[in-house]
Amino acid sequence: MKSVELSEEKRRYSGRTVIQLGRYMLQYKWMLALAFVCTLGSNLFSLIGPKLTGLCIGAVEPGRGGVDFGAVFYYAAWMAGFYLVSAVMSYGLQVLMLTISRRVVYRMRQDVFEKLLSLPVGYFDVHQTGDIISRISYDIDTVNASLSNDLVQLLTTVITVVGALVMMITISPWLVLVFAFTVPVSILITRYITGRTRPLFRLRSAKMGEMNGFVEEMITGQKTLKAYGREEYTQGRFDMKNKAAVEAYYRAEYYGSTVGPCVNFINNLSLSLISVFGALLYLAGKMTVGNISSFVLYSRKFSGPINEAANIFSELQSALAAAERVFRLLEEAPEPADAEGAEELSRVEGDVQMVHVSFGYQPERTIIHDLSFRAEPGRLIAIVGPTGAGKTTLINLLMRFYDPDSGEILVDERRADQLTRRSLRKAYAMVLQDTWLFYGSIYENLSYGKAGATREEVEAAARAARIHSFIMRLTEGYDTVLTDEGTNISKGQKQLLTIARAMLLDAKMLILDEATSNVDTRTEQQIQRAMRELMKGKTCFVIAHRLSTIENADHILVVDNGEVVEQGTHRQLMGGDSMYRRLYEAQFE
Amino acid sequence: MKQLIARYLSPYYGRMSAGFAIKFTGTIMDLCIPYILAHIIDDVIPLKNSTLVFGWGGLMLLCSVLAVSFNIIANRMASRVASDATEEIRHDLFSKILYLSNAQTDSFTKPSLISRMTSDTYNVHQMLGRVQRLGVRAPILLLGGICVTFTLDAPMACVLLAVLPLLGFITAYVSRRSIPMYSGLQEASDRFVRMVREDIAGIRVIKALSRTDWEREKFEGINREVVERERKNGMVMAVINPSMNILLNLGLVGVILVGAYRVNAGTSEVGKILAFTTYFTIILNAMLSISKMFTVLSKAIASGNRIWEVLEQKADLEILAPDSGETTRAEEGTGGDADLTRQRGLSGENQSCGLAAEDGMRECSGFEEQICFEQVTFSYLKKGEANIKNLSFRIRKGETLGIIGEIGSGKSTIINLMMRLYDADEGQIRIGGRDVRSYQPDELKRKFGVVFQNDTIFEDTISGNVTLGRELTGEQVREALKYAQAGEFVKKREDREAEALNIKGANLSGGQKQRVLIARALAAGPEILILDDSSSALDYRTDAQLRRGIREHFQDTTLVIVAQRVSSIRNADHILVMEDGVPIGYGSHEELMERCAVYRETSVNQGEKNF
Repeated sequence: MKSVELSEEKRRYSGRTVIQLGRYMLQYKWMLALAFVCTLGSNLFSLIGPKLTGLCIGAVEPGRGGVDFGAVFYYAAWMAGFYLVSAVMSYGLQVLMLTISRRVVYRMRQDVFEKLLSLPVGYFDVHQTGDIISRISYDIDTVNASLSNDLVQLLTTVITVVGALVMMITISPWLVLVFAFTVPVSILITRYITGRTRPLFRLRSAKMGEMNGFVEEMITGQKTLKAYGREEYTQGRFDMKNKAAVEAYYRAEYYGSTVGPCVNFINNLSLSLISVFGALLYLAGKMTVGNISSFVLYSRKFSGPINEAANIFSELQSALAAAERVFRLLEEAPEPADAEGAEELSRVEGDVQMVHVSFGYQPERTIIHDLSFRAEPGRLIAIVGPTGAGKTTLINLLMRFYDPDSGEILVDERRADQLTRRSLRKAYAMVLQDTWLFYGSIYENLSYGKAGATREEVEAAARAARIHSFIMRLTEGYDTVLTDEGTNISKGQKQLLTIARAMLLDAKMLILDEATSNVDTRTEQQIQRAMRELMKGKTCFVIAHRLSTIENADHILVVDNGEVVEQGTHRQLMGGDSMYRRLYEAQFE
Repeated sequence: MKQLIARYLSPYYGRMSAGFAIKFTGTIMDLCIPYILAHIIDDVIPLKNSTLVFGWGGLMLLCSVLAVSFNIIANRMASRVASDATEEIRHDLFSKILYLSNAQTDSFTKPSLISRMTSDTYNVHQMLGRVQRLGVRAPILLLGGICVTFTLDAPMACVLLAVLPLLGFITAYVSRRSIPMYSGLQEASDRFVRMVREDIAGIRVIKALSRTDWEREKFEGINREVVERERKNGMVMAVINPSMNILLNLGLVGVILVGAYRVNAGTSEVGKILAFTTYFTIILNAMLSISKMFTVLSKAIASGNRIWEVLEQKADLEILAPDSGETTRAEEGTGGDADLTRQRGLSGENQSCGLAAEDGMRECSGFEEQICFEQVTFSYLKKGEANIKNLSFRIRKGETLGIIGEIGSGKSTIINLMMRLYDADEGQIRIGGRDVRSYQPDELKRKFGVVFQNDTIFEDTISGNVTLGRELTGEQVREALKYAQAGEFVKKREDREAEALNIKGANLSGGQKQRVLIARALAAGPEILILDDSSSALDYRTDAQLRRGIREHFQDTTLVIVAQRVSSIRNADHILVMEDGVPIGYGSHEELMERCAVYRETSVNQGEKNF
């Protein structure tokens, strides 16, 4: 019962997917129509070929001295003409389909990318980057490879099969009866084999995937395996996976490799039967040699595509699955739009308030309960708590990556949800622990937040962040391109670059993550100085790791397990048995 | 590639030849069928004897049946050989990789080893199967087809033969043009993927700075370029099929015309023209599969060479005779003092750090020595500056050594050398009084329990991750988890120790991961426990509890802690301060605070950070 419902739902899903796909294709309906004409033309013209071959051979048939050269040349000229036109049309068809499919790919990628930019940031915390990338590249490619090849192929199959059948019937309805026997046999055989092989191929991919995953994991952990002397044990486990993968491969191929010979056999069988019965019909005076020749050629055209059809259907199915993955992504709910009549936030003072704010990522699990505090312009708010305790939630709310479930956030006494996100976010400068720099020159990276910043401005910011002299030491200076590996600069220097980027924004509010692990002492001190410079005159929300910051803070929020558990000043929090006090004292243990 | 084939396929040469023979027979059968067709039409029909027609028809049927059976049998034999050979190649390759020294792994890089293990062996497997199946069939069909057409009618066959070079030319031309296009396309799509990856990573920054429009435009440019390249590439490739078709069909027209003259002259028969049309299709298909096979083959050759490169590696960590280690044991204290004087000379500017190590070295004599470095120098790249310079120290059984220093100062390198993951270039390293090079690898590794920086959690249960397949009891595992301060959170998990962990421990927090790793190191009760920056994700309280727990329950274990936080090592018996591969301080916390400026600076600095 349940499985019935499931498959029902699946069918509805694929129905929707087809409609969505259709919408993309229909934008090019004139090109599609032209492509249809080309398919039809190229196939029909090439179908005439064998008929003409037969006529030619018919003209030759009288034998020695009796060849009707006029007719032979006439038909041969037509044959060459038709084949030529057919080839030109088939090339035209491919060009058309390429153009259409590339445009659809372009459109789809663009849509997916825009979707990605509009999704709430939380989406990227729970979805694997690799998976998203495979949707925007491989899945879209699969869909379109299939659309441009398989649809044409399918149409070709239909035209060829129907056309060949019609031609054969016109030549000799009796001989067609041969197919009444071979076609069902061929369908039965391919059905049987694909029925057996499909699960085997699935198993093969699964086992290969398992083995590859194992290999990747073990090679990555090779040093650990060596340190514990687990080489032999690992080899034993690998051998089992290897055996399973190879066996699955063998079994899939064992059956898979019978398809080719079987298809060949059916073709040969048809040919034998046609030869025998054709010869008999000839003897009975009901057929000419030319007819037999055309018939043989048509029969080859006829049986080929039928066997291909099964393949095409399975390819279409995988394309549909890929399309579904793409469309599911496109259907994700974006960040809600700005409120109607939302105003621009301008001339910011930097006064931030939270008033009875409650929030949870899932509706049933509230993690911020009735939080209220006020940060007046220029004040320092410290957010403290163990690693992974959820300190970013507060930042998500301040930046409006998420909106509170109840309560209000006020900036300069104006409700944040009545402001445009763009202007609100512009009022903040942000320096996070995972420094984000992109592939581009240092100048481009620094001026990223302020389009069109002059070279002087950028240099001034870099000086303030104490990274200018380092940049000048690089051979290309500010034009040095930061590469993927980022090998040309250290982690600490990256952090300084992001601080410089924040310096360039004249934001009134600052969000800062102090953590600078894995940096040597000297760089650490440089970063601290740069951060202090950056904090001047701004309302600061700092994920604090330094005692001096916390002790100097005007207000402290203590976060644990994703919830704000305590708040107050250092002195207030040290009174009584607070979580804060335990954290504070632990470091003197 | 040749060596690979010679080694792994030679056992199968017999089976392969049998397979080839069977395949050959089957393919010949395929070729016979159109021949018989021509014979029926030209020679049998004129006799007007329907029994003979049936007879020849029966022969065609027999040929078909033989062709299908032989081909299937041969294909299966081929698959078996390919699978068996691949299994062995993979086995040997994996085992080779496991036993590669770390220096060798570094030079190949891990991603490269992984792809050699996965996609390269897959390519070879595919090739082994396909070449055996098609590699015999396609050339036979091509050559056989041409031969048969020549025996049927030589002048007509010449027309066909004339078409083939044209076909070859077109394929060669197209592939020559498309290969550079492909690499251009590959680069463009790499840029494309990089940009998507980059933007996903930086989505918060992009939104915070409201640069979505700019990103959209940038993406549009890259997207357009990729699509344009794909289209151009496709246009070139699309030439092949129609031109092949047109050439063969025009060839067919030519055959008919030549045939018409020859039939008229009485030198040929109509049936032959008919047979030619069928051979045409066979030859066309053979050409197509040969061109396909070339791509498979060239891919596989590249893969085979990559596999062979690894298989060729020689073991590079030799085992010394055990007694050569014993002899060095005699020279105790005095030698050490001399070394240290020299060492101090080298790090001249740090004289102030007063090397209390001298005391440490002297103390050692007469006690049971556990770890000893004597004038060790080492460099990963074997050129340029050394990663460790002239390092000497000596630790007794049950003592704690703390190593502190900046990134890249050589802390982890000391661990690597201690466990003989690399061999020192100069000097000697002794564990338990014996040169590390004199141990059998297993014997040496059993002495250690170690947690590396960014160590690996495997996709296994918690207890599987602790045991790593070693023979440990459930009790031992639970104890280890308890001492590693992991007992509590494991108890909260639904399946406790049997809880399955995701790849890289994705379902654990950073601190939980580190505790499971520490439990792994503790579980077998090691003589030497090494924790390389492995409590960084723990808060101060848990970190302190952990160290206390280890000291209480593993009194005989020598402990080596590598850290960046002074608080993690301040209670160690000896602290080694590293800078740029040079030891610049050695002694207890108090001694170093007094004498080592760098240590003092770090300590004061950290006193006010890290909450």
